[in-house]
Amino acid sequence: MNQSNQKQHLFDKPRNVSRLLTVLYIICVLLFTLDFILHRHVTHRWDELTGFYAIFGFVACVALVLIADQLRKILKRKEDYYHVDD
Amino acid sequence: MWMIDLPPFVPFFIAALLALVTRGLLRNLILLVTPILGGLHLWLDVSPGIITGVSIMQYELILMRTDLLSLLFGYLFHIAAFIAVIFALHVRDTTQHVASLIYAGSALGAVFAGDLITLFIFWELLAISSVFLIWARRTERAIRAGMRYLVIQVASGMLLLAGALMHYYQTGSLAFDFIGLQGISGWLIFLAFGIKCAFPLLHNWLTDAYPEATPTGTVFLSMFTTKVAVYALARGFPGTELLIYIGAVMTCFPIFFAVIENDLRRVLAYSMINQIGFMVCGVGIGTALSLNGAVAHAFNDVIFKGLLFMSMGAVLYRAGNTNGSDLGGLYKSMPKTATLCIVGACSISAFPLFSGFVSKSMIMTAMIHEGYDYLWIMLLFASAGVFHHAGIKIPYFAFFAKDSGIRTQEAPLNMLIAMSIAAVLCIFIGSHPQTLYAMLPWEVDYWPYDTTHVLSQLQLLFYSALAFVWLNKQGLYPPELHAINIDAEWLYRKLVPDTASRVYDMSQRIGSRINYSTSSSLKNISKTMSSTRIARLHFATSWPTGSMVFWLAVILGFFLLADVIY
Repeated sequence: MNQSNQKQHLFDKPRNVSRLLTVLYIICVLLFTLDFILHRHVTHRWDELTGFYAIFGFVACVALVLIADQLRKILKRKEDYYHVDD
Repeated sequence: MWMIDLPPFVPFFIAALLALVTRGLLRNLILLVTPILGGLHLWLDVSPGIITGVSIMQYELILMRTDLLSLLFGYLFHIAAFIAVIFALHVRDTTQHVASLIYAGSALGAVFAGDLITLFIFWELLAISSVFLIWARRTERAIRAGMRYLVIQVASGMLLLAGALMHYYQTGSLAFDFIGLQGISGWLIFLAFGIKCAFPLLHNWLTDAYPEATPTGTVFLSMFTTKVAVYALARGFPGTELLIYIGAVMTCFPIFFAVIENDLRRVLAYSMINQIGFMVCGVGIGTALSLNGAVAHAFNDVIFKGLLFMSMGAVLYRAGNTNGSDLGGLYKSMPKTATLCIVGACSISAFPLFSGFVSKSMIMTAMIHEGYDYLWIMLLFASAGVFHHAGIKIPYFAFFAKDSGIRTQEAPLNMLIAMSIAAVLCIFIGSHPQTLYAMLPWEVDYWPYDTTHVLSQLQLLFYSALAFVWLNKQGLYPPELHAINIDAEWLYRKLVPDTASRVYDMSQRIGSRINYSTSSSLKNISKTMSSTRIARLHFATSWPTGSMVFWLAVILGFFLLADVIY
């Protein structure tokens, strides 16, 4: 897309992307802080830990992606692996 | 409107016949009016407790049995059919329209079936009608995938029939009520339901065939088959503990595949198994809360998964493919589709105020109430994972990420309307869960919006998003690649065919060797024979088969003549 007069879209400006990310970071910090302020019913011995859900969410997703990336090394095949032609 | 004991599948089958002979506007009208009238009729006129049957050869088929459970799925399938029909309204393909009406009708037939034989009939009709939505893509890939799909679906029906007949032999009843894992019959029926429900290792028909169907066909497919299976499990096997473990595995393993899968419709197929896993857990726990959670989640899943499949269908329709590696930046040309897709993504990720939240939390709460701590952790992991692969990956790689340079048009109006209805329902159910809760079959006092629930869910989701951002910034996120990943289907798509062809090759080689050695010895014999004196009388030459048939006919004719004369 080399048209110079092309319309600028929302995320074409890096500033807008970094704004969005800043909002995400602020929300994350706020949510963690709320764990100290609001009283969560402890439903389980694990979630007594402050910030349990935040830490769990982060670690779970990193683990998910890293494990999936390792799995790909075993599972990945070429697209025509099953000999099917379009 | 009409007789209250008219089975709900009947209007759909009549409409399918009418759609076959009409065209254009009239057909579109029939397509639209059928789910509206059928749904209104069911909602306003039909109450629990109706049992209608027909007698065929002294056997009573119970075509309609209404209770709160079957009615809930009945409403759901009418809403689903209505949305999907609007989404497919621009399609000019008689096969697809007729097949989708029969398919939706069969799903209704199955949930209102009062006995196992009626269930079996609609179970098979679901398979046969839905495969046309895959074949309608009319590519070699789609035809092959459809064939594999059909074989597996019909096999599920055969297991159901075998199980039903054994069940009859053992109990003397064919009523479709609680079955349980007793005896071989129970296991056979369980396995039949399990195939349609995409249990682990039996799941590949779904990830194989759904992404190969037409842009609109996949929307229909995602709405009915697996939800009929969830209904069947909730009816036949509630409280079967094994289901909790199966469900937990179903929530976890597909998300790994979803992360590394390139075809975004296949990502959705994997995430579908993940969501059904939650429902299967709910059925397995078997308390009023968990069963309500399971069916409520089925209800919501049809709508939000339908919405996600619709948004990817619109992308496929406009951009020509749904590969994460080839898409990106589509928000510039399809902003409305992108927004609606994000609503679906928020719902499947169970954000508070979106529909997934109000049903999934019931299952999670029931799980921890019943003391399944470790499985609860698995489900929590899957909850974070579903946000990661369906909530972020789908919208991100299709509509944002790098700019692929694809400039296309916004989705057609009918698609936008269908997606908007689904999106409104997602938000409405999420913010007014009492409407859905009032329809649930079991009596439970539950409210999802309290500080603990909302806060913990928001923390889980936002920190999952943070992980996505961090992984991307670190360059650790696996790139979208033109490649496939092998799964359990490898067994029947690679190992068995390859072994078979190897065995065939080997037998061919052995056969030709035997042929060679025997034919050379036969040649020797004939050479010896032809050099004898008898050879001159033509006894040693080989005769053509034709002449043998001729002489045989002459001899038979002679006998016939002789018979007539004497």
